[in-house]
Amino acid sequence: MAKTVTGYWNGLRDTRVMQSIFRGAPGASSLHDALAVQGNVFLHLASVKIRRRSLAFRATWYLGTLTLATFLILVVTGVLLMLYYHPSVPQAYADMKDLQFVVSAGLFLRNLHRWSAHAMVLLVFAHMFKVFYRGAYRAPREFNWVIGVILLLVTLFLSYTGYLLPWDQLAFWAITVGSNLISAVPVLGAKIRFLMLGGNSVNANALLRFYVLHCVILPLAAILFIAIHFWRIRKDGGLHTGVQDTQAKESHG
Amino acid sequence: MSEQKDTRRESFVKLGLGSLAIAGCGATVFGYEFLSPNVLYEPSPIANAGKPDRFPPDSLTPDPAAGIYVVHAAEGFYALSATCTHLGCLTAWKPELGIIACPCHGSKFNRQGTKVDGPAPRPLPWLKVWLSDEGDLLVDRSTIITPNHYLRT
Repeated sequence: MAKTVTGYWNGLRDTRVMQSIFRGAPGASSLHDALAVQGNVFLHLASVKIRRRSLAFRATWYLGTLTLATFLILVVTGVLLMLYYHPSVPQAYADMKDLQFVVSAGLFLRNLHRWSAHAMVLLVFAHMFKVFYRGAYRAPREFNWVIGVILLLVTLFLSYTGYLLPWDQLAFWAITVGSNLISAVPVLGAKIRFLMLGGNSVNANALLRFYVLHCVILPLAAILFIAIHFWRIRKDGGLHTGVQDTQAKESHG
Repeated sequence: MSEQKDTRRESFVKLGLGSLAIAGCGATVFGYEFLSPNVLYEPSPIANAGKPDRFPPDSLTPDPAAGIYVVHAAEGFYALSATCTHLGCLTAWKPELGIIACPCHGSKFNRQGTKVDGPAPRPLPWLKVWLSDEGDLLVDRSTIITPNHYLRT
């Protein structure tokens, strides 16, 4: 009898190489599935078992998942844009124009990055309102709400720092206005503005600082807090579905 | 014996935490110092506006590159900062209206820098103006003087 796809798959899973990477024996029981989830560094953020109703569209409108999707698009397109963009005063604007008119698929990648950024801010707010109006921030999920607020701020800072990088008139004056808003902070305002811009005006240092924040520091912060955010969903008994939560509380994953 | 062991361990932990606290304070100070640039490659605050006779009497001349207005009034010369006191946008001179207007949030100033309209909290500052040895008008954009001090040439 010919071997089935499952047969080949199980044979592959039995090999020494696959066993060294993934552990777990072939099989289809719930225990096998649970061990497969627990033994995977990415999957272990998620619950081993979830209720079917938490996957229904009405429970979440998939707003959190869509936010993650836009974030992943932004990481991929952003890394590609970095290959052509120099964060320096003479080159930044010209590189942005080159991406639009000279680089193959540059216009597509830049627009995808830009529109995904707008979509992410919109989705983060929609996600927040959905969580708020469904009461999903209540116990035992209070701390995940706090993580969510941090992620909202990280998203807004990512959006703000990315705004300067095209180095056009809009970018320059938007950051001039924004950094002057910060100097309204009592006592420390002027100092914070000086540290943020690396000088007294929006100039070469400010462009470089915003670039490093936008491409390294803030994305790393976002990835860290996204991981905690997802892990907390599991620890808080799965997604809030609007249905009675007592059972969920008893079976913390 | 066990009591002494605990005390030693506790004092060792305290020593460790104390060292970490000192190292943390040091890292904060060094971090702050590192993030504050010691040298800035920014334009000099002193701008050369040229010879005074290039400004006709009763005129206001914008210099957007330097971010100043040079005014030749009946009483003499003075210079205004062109940076809006609201949120730092560059204002523009509207000769047909005789006012200085900010494009960002609609603040308006008269030619003395006094606010006429809009959200700006302060008038446009008067800047220090003097004549160089070569007879050029120099404007120090970092030195604000009290209004109505004119330079007579």
